Amino acid sequence: MMIPKKRVAVVGAGMTKFMRRAQETGKELAFEAARQALDSAEMRIQDIESVALGSAPDAFDGVHMKGEYLLDGAGAWQKPYSRSFVGGGSGVFSAIHGWWHVASGLFDTCLVVGEEKMSSCLPHPQTAFLTIFDNMIERPLGPNLIWIFALEMQRYMQRHKIPKEQIAQVAVKNKRNALDHPSAQIPQAFTLQDIMNSEVLAWPVQRLDISPVSDGACAVVLASEDVARKITDSPVWIDGVGWNLDTTYWTNRDLYFPRYVANAARMAYRMAGITNPPKQIDFAEPYDPFDYKELHHMEGLLLCRKGEAPKLTAEGVTERDGKLPICPSGGLLGVGNPIAAAGLMKVCELFWQLRGEAGKRQIPGDVRTAVAQAWGDLMQIGTVVVMRS
Amino acid sequence: MGRSHADRNRGRDALIGVIMLNKTMPNEPQGTGLKEGDLESGKVLAVSYQPKAQYAWATGIAIGRFLAGLKAGEITGTRCDQCGRIAVPPRIFCEWCFRRSDTWVKLPDTGKVNTFSVSYITTDTTRVKTPKIPAVIEIDSANNAGFLHLLGEVKPDEVKLGMRVKAVWVDPTERKGSITDIKYFKPIR
Amino acid sequence: MTQLSRTTPEVSYKELIFEAAVKAYADAGIDPRRDVESFVCSSEDFYEGTSIFDEYVPDQVGGALKPVCTISADGMYSVATAYMQILTGAFDVVAVEAHSKASDIVNISPIYDLALDPVYIRPLGLNANFIAGLEMNAYLHSTGATHGHCTSVVEKNRRNALSNPVAMSASGVTPRNGSKMLSYPLSDQDVAPLADGAAVVVLAAEDAARNLRKDPIWVMGTGWASDSPSLETRDLEKATYAELASKQAYRQAGIRNPTHEIQVAEIDDTYSFKELQHAEALGLAGQSRAHRMLEQGVYELGGALPVNPSGGSIGMGHTLEMSGLVRVIEVVEQLRGTAGKHQVDGAQVGVAQTWRGVPTGSGAVVVLGR
Repeated sequence: MMIPKKRVAVVGAGMTKFMRRAQETGKELAFEAARQALDSAEMRIQDIESVALGSAPDAFDGVHMKGEYLLDGAGAWQKPYSRSFVGGGSGVFSAIHGWWHVASGLFDTCLVVGEEKMSSCLPHPQTAFLTIFDNMIERPLGPNLIWIFALEMQRYMQRHKIPKEQIAQVAVKNKRNALDHPSAQIPQAFTLQDIMNSEVLAWPVQRLDISPVSDGACAVVLASEDVARKITDSPVWIDGVGWNLDTTYWTNRDLYFPRYVANAARMAYRMAGITNPPKQIDFAEPYDPFDYKELHHMEGLLLCRKGEAPKLTAEGVTERDGKLPICPSGGLLGVGNPIAAAGLMKVCELFWQLRGEAGKRQIPGDVRTAVAQAWGDLMQIGTVVVMRS
Repeated sequence: MGRSHADRNRGRDALIGVIMLNKTMPNEPQGTGLKEGDLESGKVLAVSYQPKAQYAWATGIAIGRFLAGLKAGEITGTRCDQCGRIAVPPRIFCEWCFRRSDTWVKLPDTGKVNTFSVSYITTDTTRVKTPKIPAVIEIDSANNAGFLHLLGEVKPDEVKLGMRVKAVWVDPTERKGSITDIKYFKPIR
Repeated sequence: MTQLSRTTPEVSYKELIFEAAVKAYADAGIDPRRDVESFVCSSEDFYEGTSIFDEYVPDQVGGALKPVCTISADGMYSVATAYMQILTGAFDVVAVEAHSKASDIVNISPIYDLALDPVYIRPLGLNANFIAGLEMNAYLHSTGATHGHCTSVVEKNRRNALSNPVAMSASGVTPRNGSKMLSYPLSDQDVAPLADGAAVVVLAAEDAARNLRKDPIWVMGTGWASDSPSLETRDLEKATYAELASKQAYRQAGIRNPTHEIQVAEIDDTYSFKELQHAEALGLAGQSRAHRMLEQGVYELGGALPVNPSGGSIGMGHTLEMSGLVRVIEVVEQLRGTAGKHQVDGAQVGVAQTWRGVPTGSGAVVVLGR
């Protein structure tokens, strides 16, 4: 893989509230986020040359080819429009999908929208997840989505002998960070005891280990270097992108380490010229649908050694005022998890932090380089972007 | 209709330019949250629909053979001679060497627990008192390869990673050629 | 590309795709594990019966633990994606995959219906084909084309497919008497029959391409566009999405006068009238003139600008999200001179076009040249 020729910047960002059940339709959620992103860049929809959408399973909405259904809300009327889909990785990946629209030189601008409306699915959005399991040899066992997280969490904890308390600490941190996020679903601080006392769903996963099911949308505007400099004095550059998909056969892999996240990170770091991630990256937004995942992904992003992430959390290194802030936004655990929108929310957070616009969430001191990461499928895909001011 | 829509848009350009906000901070996020009872009570109108999506998937060569093997009380894998790996579930190609698998391999119905969970929820999140114990079972002599199944005849706090287990099969006359022809894996004591 | 056929009961979708991948990599002379830097797959969950279907794609294309992504669209969109990835300068060789296992779907009608707007259209309880009926009626009315012209398209494409060994089993050339009306004026004869198959295409940057083949076929331009998803605000007479997509592709390819600069066209004919509508949108006929060109034999295999010499979806079989990739491959075969009995002599530049089917107003275009 070589270094791409053209530079691409994020010049605007917007997002809706994240809510358990939105009155807005998926189209309306997409519109609100897209309009905000355009407003923030003082652009009109006519200035957008292409649109890229990310949204997770159609089964949530009960609409086949839902990318087509959502396109008007995403501003794509009579424009080049496409939807990428890599499960939970879609939020960050849609920014990468938008990135190559502009980096290819074919378009000067691209509007990237991440939208999710999970609440349409009854009796509970989680039911739709049955169909992600293998149609022939897994579905007959009656699995629940949480099983795969529980199986992975178990392996990670046992391999490194991590006590549950250290993992639960991530939920405490992120839910507290989210008190400062205007989009947060139900901003509420929890104590460690709250997490540890919450209902066991599939051991070792307890209810408060899990980010809330959500409706919401995010959007960012990407522009080529020349156009970006005309739009804003402070473009935020996408300097590195990476993605990597492991084999479908997840039962043939050791789940204690997400090697596909590491591969994706290496790809993005190489493009961004990062040779020493813990030193050269100022903060990170790894994907945290469950609390242990933040730790798992910190290690996958090569920000610390394998098994070291829980210790860094316990030492306060990953707090907003720590040496390596992780999920200053409050992450999925704190803000909410409308799958594709949640990943893009992390890209938005990088944008706002790197421009000094994160308000009460602003990391103290000078931040220049950051990484956002999402994950998805059957513990399979890592999608990574490195951004710089 | 398509044409007039486009014409109307052009007339609005000037107006949009005037309203444009000069903001660099993120706006107040929009969104109207509903409560759980709002739909049932009719506070908000909704349309409901039950999809009819039915599929009959061809199991193909590899899984077809795997399922036929299960019906006969056997676990089947495949071997790639280039890397020497034995894969289960079987597949007609080795995904690492990208070449056709070379032989079918009859595997023992014993193995060890790679990882497990204790689940108090069903597929649609209904709570159950008696938990299921899903686990990834590494089948003996396959290279750390295995599949998802359930553990049985064991208490949740007795399960350990690395524990040795053996398949408990459904009665031969009742097997269907399904992963559920194995009832569960039980510890080898 | 594998053989297209009505059913493929002896292989799973993974095994079908593996076959196509092996053929493609052999044709390119590469080892995917070593040489392919990115893989772009195409699928829609409800055609597969699996949510987050992109989990299931990497192994059979040689992409395990490599950059693999899925575009929720037709394979031609994935070709455009691969093209963009290569143009960034970050990738040299990218593989594209698409497939159809339509025979695994017990009844596809409810799946099509699931794509309809759940609030405004679905409650009407109509079979999704009604949209094609509406469009066909509007198109015939505004252009003066007749149902007879649509039947001629069906005959042409079925006849062409008899010379195409990859096409699924032939169903006779002349539509039988007494066709069944599905949604006036659309009859069952006007609808391309479903088929199974898989296809993989390998794209490479210029230097890499010249190292691999003496005669690479070049992507000269790509375009794709979406008209309104709402039927009420969409142009039903013209395929505006195809017009916009072709303008983008032609601009990149430097094509000003399509009928003079293009020698072969493989365009979407999911419904018979769509071939005529798309031909006009692509500038292969003047507005409302496609049926005249058809009458004059221009679009026949031996004519001045053969359209769907492969037989199109009507003749080969309609392969859902793979159909655009079939169009691309057929144009490549034409430009290489390897199209055998359905070869268009002296083809230098070809256009491939796809439409995503009802209820969408979305499609893509690729221009290819020697």
